[in-house]
Amino acid sequence: MSEFPVPAAARLPVRKTYKLYLGGGFPRSESGRSYPVTSAEGEPLAHAALASRKDARDAVVAARRAFAPWAARTAYNRGQILYRVAEMMEGRRAQFVQETIDAEGLDTARAEEVVSAAVDRWVYYAGWTDKVTQVLGGTNPVSGPYDNRSVPEPTGVVAVLAPPKSPLLGLVSVIAPVIATGNTAVVVASEPHPLPAVTLAEALATSDLPGGVVNILTGRLAELAPPLASHADVNALDLAGAGERAAELEEAAATTLTRVLRPRPSTDWAAAPGLSRITPFLETKTVWHPVGI
Amino acid sequence: MADTTFAYAPAPESRAVVSLRPAYGLFIDGAFTPPTERLITTVNPADEESLAEVSVADEGDVDRAVTAARRAFEQVWSPMPPAERGKYLFRISRIIQERARELAVLESLDNGKPIKESRDVDIPLAAAHFFYYAGWADKLAHAGFGAAPRPLGVAAQVIPWNFPLLMLAWKIAPALATGNTVVLKPAETTPLTALLFAEICQQAELPPGVVNIVTGAADTGRALIAHPGTDKVAFTGSTEVGREIARTVAGTRKKLTLELGGKGANIVYDDAPLDQAVEGIVNGIFFNQGHVCCAGSRLLVQESIAEEVLHRLKERVSRLRLGDPLDKNTDIGAINSAEQLARIRALAQTGRDEGSQDWAPDCELPAHGYWFAPTIFTGVTQAHRIAREEIFGPVLSVLTFRTPDEAVEKANNTPYGLSAGVWTEKGSRMLWTAGRLRAGVVWSNTFNKFDPTSPFGGYRESGYGREGGRHGLEAYLDV
Repeated sequence: MSEFPVPAAARLPVRKTYKLYLGGGFPRSESGRSYPVTSAEGEPLAHAALASRKDARDAVVAARRAFAPWAARTAYNRGQILYRVAEMMEGRRAQFVQETIDAEGLDTARAEEVVSAAVDRWVYYAGWTDKVTQVLGGTNPVSGPYDNRSVPEPTGVVAVLAPPKSPLLGLVSVIAPVIATGNTAVVVASEPHPLPAVTLAEALATSDLPGGVVNILTGRLAELAPPLASHADVNALDLAGAGERAAELEEAAATTLTRVLRPRPSTDWAAAPGLSRITPFLETKTVWHPVGI
Repeated sequence: MADTTFAYAPAPESRAVVSLRPAYGLFIDGAFTPPTERLITTVNPADEESLAEVSVADEGDVDRAVTAARRAFEQVWSPMPPAERGKYLFRISRIIQERARELAVLESLDNGKPIKESRDVDIPLAAAHFFYYAGWADKLAHAGFGAAPRPLGVAAQVIPWNFPLLMLAWKIAPALATGNTVVLKPAETTPLTALLFAEICQQAELPPGVVNIVTGAADTGRALIAHPGTDKVAFTGSTEVGREIARTVAGTRKKLTLELGGKGANIVYDDAPLDQAVEGIVNGIFFNQGHVCCAGSRLLVQESIAEEVLHRLKERVSRLRLGDPLDKNTDIGAINSAEQLARIRALAQTGRDEGSQDWAPDCELPAHGYWFAPTIFTGVTQAHRIAREEIFGPVLSVLTFRTPDEAVEKANNTPYGLSAGVWTEKGSRMLWTAGRLRAGVVWSNTFNKFDPTSPFGGYRESGYGREGGRHGLEAYLDV
């Protein structure tokens, strides 16, 4: 049996650099900036990338490029990939638990519950991908010789402001329903607790999720949210984490008639979500065709 | 014999079924107020003759209407057994059917649209819409919005002038069926069928305050949209006004649905059934003088058949009959207002200025009233304003394409996303194309068909929310 040169107790750990997740890659902010992240108790944890407006615009470009091919995947395939995300998260369970403890100040048992709920949420939405069309769409009995059907379709690029106080379960709860139906997402992670989002990005990157389907920015909400809200190539805006800025962001979104999901006064991220976060990011398309011989 | 043309004898529908008051008040809390001090005159766009004067609701009037609607919501309409609510809507639907000819003539007088359209499309569809949503009133638990979906409260509704009574029906029927009460503002230039509808509500013995109609212009609309006492805003109209409304509503509790402009592409593939396609192109852009948000105003024709299609199209358009809206043989009526006519003329002029070629049949326009001949622009590129902006008039822009990919790319190259058309005999190609078009309604081998069961509404800057069908209930439920 060979001897390791340094005993485990004396070894210097290799730390992780927390970066952005953009177009399938992990770049630093183009601005070169970062910001210190502390635990719930105020202990320094790491530096996170401080994304710029330009990073936000790059993320929209990546999300737009990824949209058509992702929406064109079969619902079955999207379901398989979302399920794969759950698998990848389970494999990194210890890391997510530790980051949840650090970020939310929870005890280990409670953090385990949060991570379990986050993993199970992917499984939940993996199962929705190929059911939404039947549940929300259908044939319309028009009074004439026409075949007429309505189907839900993804609305496009969705800017998601993740809830700041639930940096893992809340984050998964806002991303998964958006991409399940074929949308792509630009996500602003929890500003005070961004580290679980970067680790989630690493799970996403190893789940066969095409690059650009989810793009995760860490940084200041005040800097990143306004350009996303008013961006002409953003089709919808989830204000879950907008806080006091919700009204001004909704107003900015009005200019390009961006669909807006307003924040609820209090959201229990552990509760079963149903379709409530799926339908706001869908369009209904109705197709007519004459019937005859 | 060659120079003998078949001539139509005039076949005017009688105006006698319509009786107008000289001046109308507002319909608030189940009764008409005396006419307000400020009045606006609504004219017949076909001859510029005055039809009647209608009131201009100010902020105080709007407030009284909202207060009446709130009281009716809390005390009468929302507590009422849903089946009884539905029966009121069935009643309204029946009265619209009974008074259909009167409504059709009035609609054509006030709007300028041909009687055959108001008689065969607008009014029957309005009645059908009430009949459809009437049946939902006591079945909401089965609509997929939870076991006991709740209404929102008071809805503020602002509608356009292109389908006055039909847009009223699209707004009021689902709102009432779900237990809301409404304050509706009809368009400034087409208030008369809404005021007749108020009478119909009285005939149906609808409880006071459930439906309130406030007439006026843009200021009245703004006052209604901004009123803090409403829970819902529903608007159909231009994208420009839609943006303003979305800004006004931002940060409030109000739920918003918008049905806005469009620049619909009508794609004709080389294997299309040409006779039907030409009918569809004509119907797509010249139905209702092109005053249709979902009009097929961009014709995308495959290059190999472009010449043939244009030839047939011009032949067909040459045979359209423009003139008296009340004549049963009229295909194209009057432009609704002087303001709209000026806008159509200005945009058509940009087409010529930017290098497109316009063609219109040799048809005589009446000396009085607002008229615009059906016009076809060729040599249009995607950069031209007439290919990008909604004209809302009888003006067709023709572009060509070579491959299906190019057709889809051009069709989607617009900030709008309301409607599109596809003409091909090949089923797989139709489905491929329909799947890629970013539009809320796709008509394949047909165009401009509407039905109360069929959800209608846009993608992108054509607005959000759907009207019609089960989907249309969501706009008025707290979900």
